[in-house]
Amino acid sequence: MRKSWWKILCVLLLSFALTGGLLLPVPEKFILHETIRNIFFHVPMWFGMIILFTVSLVYAIKYLRSNNLRYDIVSLQFINVGLLYGSLGLVTGMEWGQFTWGAAWSNDPKQLASAICMLIYFAVLALRGSVPDFDKRAKIAAVYNVFAYALMIPLLFILPRLTDSLHPGNGGNPGFNTKDMAPELRPTFYIAVTGWALLGTWIATLLIRLDLINKRNILHENITENSSLSQG
Amino acid sequence: MKILQKTAAFLKGKGLLTLLLLMPLLVHAQERPEMADALRSNGKIYVVVLVICTIFAGIILFLIYLERKIKKLEQNHNN
Repeated sequence: MRKSWWKILCVLLLSFALTGGLLLPVPEKFILHETIRNIFFHVPMWFGMIILFTVSLVYAIKYLRSNNLRYDIVSLQFINVGLLYGSLGLVTGMEWGQFTWGAAWSNDPKQLASAICMLIYFAVLALRGSVPDFDKRAKIAAVYNVFAYALMIPLLFILPRLTDSLHPGNGGNPGFNTKDMAPELRPTFYIAVTGWALLGTWIATLLIRLDLINKRNILHENITENSSLSQG
Repeated sequence: MKILQKTAAFLKGKGLLTLLLLMPLLVHAQERPEMADALRSNGKIYVVVLVICTIFAGIILFLIYLERKIKKLEQNHNN
């Protein structure tokens, strides 16, 4: 039995985020003006990407523990949607930067680090394509996934703090942060993050189900005792 | 004449001091960042909200359509 309550929750949360994000009062800031509302749209793309990559990592480890190719498909499709979110985050960030920082690309440490992080994850797809044997492909991709995730943490959360960044809240110790997000922004922001993460999961489940049908011949040769995944 | 006398009295009293203390606040109030007040006052921001909601509804309906299609595929392959 498929459960759809979380899809309804996803639609409700995103409906609130899209309307509230545009209409609710926000702090009035110079330079940013109304573009501060991009916090509800640009930042959830990155949070969504990190959540989707985390799910992918969990399934990569599950694959390594069980050698069940179904987990490999789940892991792969979560990376695909995560990359979609990351690309959208990069493009929206460039659009926002063009009108607030004065240039779409200003070699900001966080911009560079997120671009490198995206390249590392895009390499998973290239790596998969270069290995013809599906068991080896799955194993190499899963191991690579663990390393890619371990690289993403310093790239996105540590390195931008070691130097100065245009991104508010980066550069220096977060404990002494004077540019933390205003409290009135937080509820809408977290609702948006949850909504977008759920939407990404929804798209990923569709891709997974399609991939399970496409690869059913391979899967039948593989261990089929754990079939609970296809029941979603 | 009376007005002049009153003004002079006001300036001698605490009025001037209060005014001076309030000056930075009054000046600051005029330098507020420009926000989209006009858009909201004539209500046209809601058009944008409507457009975004339409696009969002379209995407969700498309996802539901895909979901049904995949469900059919799954049922075909299970039989």
